[in-house]
Amino acid sequence: MDLENMLSQRTVSLKPSGIRKFFDIANEMEGVIALGVGEPDFKTPYSVRRAGIENLQHGQTRYSANAGLMELRRAICDYMLRKFNLSYDKKTEVLVTVGGSEAIDLAIRAFLNPGDEVLIPEPCFVCYAPIVTLTSGVPVAIPTHEKDHFRLTPEQLEAAITPKTKMLVLPYPNNPTGAVMRREHLEAIAEVLRRHDIIVLSDEIYAELTYNGRHCSIAELPDMKERTIVVNGFSKTFAMTGWRLGFAAGPAAAIKQMTKIHQYAIMCAPTTSQYAAIEALDHCEENICQMREEYNSRRRFVVDGFNKMGLHTFEPEGAFYVFPCIRSTGLSSEKFCEELLYSKKVAVVPGNAFGDSGEGFIRVSYSYSVQHLKTALQRIAEFIEERKENQP
Amino acid sequence: MMDRLLELLNTDARMSTEALAVMLDTTEEDVKNRIARYEADGVIRGYKPLLDYEKIDTQYVEALIELRVTPKKDFGFEEIAQKISRYQEVDSVYLMSGGYDLHVRVVGKTFKDVAMFVAQRLAILDGVVSTATHFVLSHYKDQGVLMTDMPGDERGNISL
Repeated sequence: MDLENMLSQRTVSLKPSGIRKFFDIANEMEGVIALGVGEPDFKTPYSVRRAGIENLQHGQTRYSANAGLMELRRAICDYMLRKFNLSYDKKTEVLVTVGGSEAIDLAIRAFLNPGDEVLIPEPCFVCYAPIVTLTSGVPVAIPTHEKDHFRLTPEQLEAAITPKTKMLVLPYPNNPTGAVMRREHLEAIAEVLRRHDIIVLSDEIYAELTYNGRHCSIAELPDMKERTIVVNGFSKTFAMTGWRLGFAAGPAAAIKQMTKIHQYAIMCAPTTSQYAAIEALDHCEENICQMREEYNSRRRFVVDGFNKMGLHTFEPEGAFYVFPCIRSTGLSSEKFCEELLYSKKVAVVPGNAFGDSGEGFIRVSYSYSVQHLKTALQRIAEFIEERKENQP
Repeated sequence: MMDRLLELLNTDARMSTEALAVMLDTTEEDVKNRIARYEADGVIRGYKPLLDYEKIDTQYVEALIELRVTPKKDFGFEEIAQKISRYQEVDSVYLMSGGYDLHVRVVGKTFKDVAMFVAQRLAILDGVVSTATHFVLSHYKDQGVLMTDMPGDERGNISL
């Protein structure tokens, strides 16, 4: 039997990340000063860890309800109301998932029929298009540009809509660019959407890491809640990546179908994580503020550092990434990252890992101590200087 | 709430005023003025590197000394604490609650140096009732900084 022939053609055809090789090299190299990771450097707040430990000590280690512990869903609804003025019914409009990733997967699977098109602003996190493809849908990339602050514009949206368009993914605050959509930008997008039957999958996993004013969810705008699935989670907000916990909130009819898939595929999100998450939502506001303040200082430090070394960097207002433009070096994103890694042992991610429109940029994470960032920036500056000297 | 400027200096006092200004979203001038004021007001008392003496080729011994003293009428512990603070060998002096009164950190070249200092200079002071000397064997963490080499970043170098 030829196993290769037995495998799902669709799965096999998924584009393996072209820069996998670079990732392997970067992760195996010793003594690297990395600026490459997509997760917080903070530890999960202690009270949250303790809540998890206590729950284990009490032996509360069984399945929860499929949609998640009712007490956690209550806490999620309180949180959504408190933060975004969004009112959801804990019994029918919220689903606790294994990370935001699962919520994205479920939302796409709950809505797509074969051939349905999903609009995906790029650069963006890498999971949307493959999931759409696996669901027999068609991912349609909309390249966003630095001149627009990497925001989706209403004109771009209007131009991309066809009779087959089923869904728009709205990944803001954005990984990798750090772009945010403020209320006024979302209003322009909502105006277009109201004229069409299009579902919004709003991936707001970085909502709490917004630096110039508070995050606005598109679901807050008039007539938008009924056509929006909001995805959020605990990984970035509470530095809980390894706990694998997220949630989706949306209209009952959608959550019902998503819960059905979740029930068959997953049963329920990890119970220990769910108990810990109640503590996070109910009592950790201060921790969020502290982390945000720390990220914000680093963000300004790093943006300034890149601009001073001559790599133009637009001001990101969310997440924990900056996205410097490296075109002035004459190198492609991948070449830049490779040479930087080999000559200075600094690891950053090529912008094209997040879509073709990321070419000419690199993603730099600032989820590192200032001391670490300082050292890394010095090395990158040396790299740029040496390249200038070696060129005629 | 503590000024964010002090928080940043507390993690790295060598940060340039330029970098501090960027991180605090203010001008260099403002940072300089605030630091000058903190220095003048005695909020900032000094700046020192945090040395790991195990990595320096020098003779270095430190001891923590528990001092029990009789407080003086009208002066309390103030007078003797001031007196002890003036010794060059003394690195720090704290007034304590609990089982003893003054906590004194003494630094010297050899165990004998420190022992002699305690016996001949501290113990004989008027008002000192007793001393208990504890030699420090190893530092694991100082001033919030780990003194052991950090393990690698468990997050790896790159992820999406």
